[in-house]
Amino acid sequence: MKIRVDPDKCQGHGRCYGLSSALFSTDDYGQSSVIGDGTVPPELEEKARLAIANCPEYAIEELTD
Amino acid sequence: MARTSPVSNWAQDFDVLDAGYIEDPFSIWDELRTECPIAHTDRRGSNWLPTRYADVTAMAHDIGHFSSVEVAVIPFEGEEPEEPLLPYGLPPISVDPPIHTWTRRLLLPWFSHRRVEGYEGLTRDLCVRLIDDFIGNGRADAAENYAQQIPVRVIAHILGVPADLADTFTGWVRDVLEFADDEPRRIKAMEGLFTYFIAEVASRRANPGTDLLSELLTTEVDGAPLEESVVLGAAALVLIAGVDTTWSAIGSSLWHLATHEEDRRRMVAEPDLMPLAIEELLRAYSPVTMARIVTEDVEFGGCPMRAGDRILMNFPAANRDPEVFEDPGTVMLDRTHNRHVAFGSGIHRCAGSNLARMELRVALEEWLRRIPDFRLAEGAEVSWAGGQVRGPRVLPVVFP
Repeated sequence: MKIRVDPDKCQGHGRCYGLSSALFSTDDYGQSSVIGDGTVPPELEEKARLAIANCPEYAIEELTD
Repeated sequence: MARTSPVSNWAQDFDVLDAGYIEDPFSIWDELRTECPIAHTDRRGSNWLPTRYADVTAMAHDIGHFSSVEVAVIPFEGEEPEEPLLPYGLPPISVDPPIHTWTRRLLLPWFSHRRVEGYEGLTRDLCVRLIDDFIGNGRADAAENYAQQIPVRVIAHILGVPADLADTFTGWVRDVLEFADDEPRRIKAMEGLFTYFIAEVASRRANPGTDLLSELLTTEVDGAPLEESVVLGAAALVLIAGVDTTWSAIGSSLWHLATHEEDRRRMVAEPDLMPLAIEELLRAYSPVTMARIVTEDVEFGGCPMRAGDRILMNFPAANRDPEVFEDPGTVMLDRTHNRHVAFGSGIHRCAGSNLARMELRVALEEWLRRIPDFRLAEGAEVSWAGGQVRGPRVLPVVFP
C-alpha cells in the first residue's frame, strides 16, 4: 500500500498525524506529508485507511499503479 | 428574559438565539435538512443557514462568493467608526487572501503539533489542581468549576498575560460571543479587551518576553515591522477564539459522559479509544458556528443570495448530516469514518485546532482518572449557551 497527501488540498487539520505519527509528519504551519515515499508497512495499513477516511479535506489518497 | 421572539417557521424565519434552538438544535437541523436545507431569516439582516455537509463545505471553499470580512454570527449593529482601530479586524479569521495568507502564517507556528506538546504539561497540572479543589465535595459544576477554567489559562500563558486575570478575560469573551445581541455589553467588553491589549503591547515594547505578543511585535513581514493593528487584532483573536470554544467542547463532552453511562464506562475501561472518541465528541457536539458575507449576487442551492447577505456556517449541523455520517445522532466512540468539520473546512480551518484537541483530551483524561464515576446531579438544571458557540454553562454533577 502506498499513499500520498495532496498539498493543495491539505488545510492542516492534523487528523492524519493524530492517528499515526509513524506515517505522517506536519510542519510548523500544519501542512501534512507522508514520511518517506509513502509506502505503508503492513502493520500500519489499518492506520493509513483510518487516516484516509477521516481527512476532512479528502487530501489523502491511496496510490494505485 | 426572552432574547428574541419565538420562531414558528424555521425554514423562513429562523433564529439561532431562540431558546429551543439553543437547547436542542439537532431536531431542527434534521427537519430543515429534508424540508429546506438552506433556511433563511430576515432577523438581524438577511441570513442563510445551510444544514447539509456538502453545502457548508462547498461554501467554506468558495471564498470568492463567501467572504470572511465578517464572521460574527450576530451582526454588529452599532455605528462603525470612520477610522476603525482594526482595519483588518481580527486577522486572519476576518480577512480573505492575500492578507489572510500572511497573517495566518504569523499564528500557525504557535499552534503546531510540536509547540502544542509543550503546553501539555501545564494543561495537565492545571486540570489536576482544579479537580483537587472540588473532588472532596462529591459534587461540582463541571462547566464553571472545570471546563471554563482550563482554556483561558493556557491561552493566557501563550499570550504572556497573567492567569489570575482569567475571570476578566472570560467575561470579555462571553460578552463578545455569548451576549453579542446585547450591543452595549458587547461594546464595553471590546473596549475593555483592547484597552488592556494596547497597554500590554506598550509594556512588551519596553520589556519584550518570549510570548506571542512580544514575538509579533518584533516580527517583520517583507522587511517591515507589523502594523500595531495587526498585532492587536491577532492577539485579541487568540483570546476570543481560544477560550469559550474549547471550554464548550470540554463541557459538552462531560455532559455527554454524565448522561450516557455506557459511554462513560467504556472511556474509562478503554483508554486507547481516546483519539477516536475525542473526534466523535467534537463531531456530535461541535461548538462553533461561523459566518460569511456574500460578495455578489449568486444563486446557491436554489437560493437567491444577495451581496451583503450573511451565511451562518453551520459546521455543527454539517457534522450531523446522515448523507455523510452513519447514524449521526448517535455518539459512537469508535466511529472510524469521521470527516467532521468541527474546526471548519478550507483555508480558515481553526488555527488553534491542535491546541483545542490537546486541551479536550487532557481535560477528559484527568477527569476520568480521578472521577471515573459521575452523573448529573438530581434535579440539575443544565443551562446551555448558543448562537456562535454552543456549550453548557451550568453543569452540576455528583460523584460518590
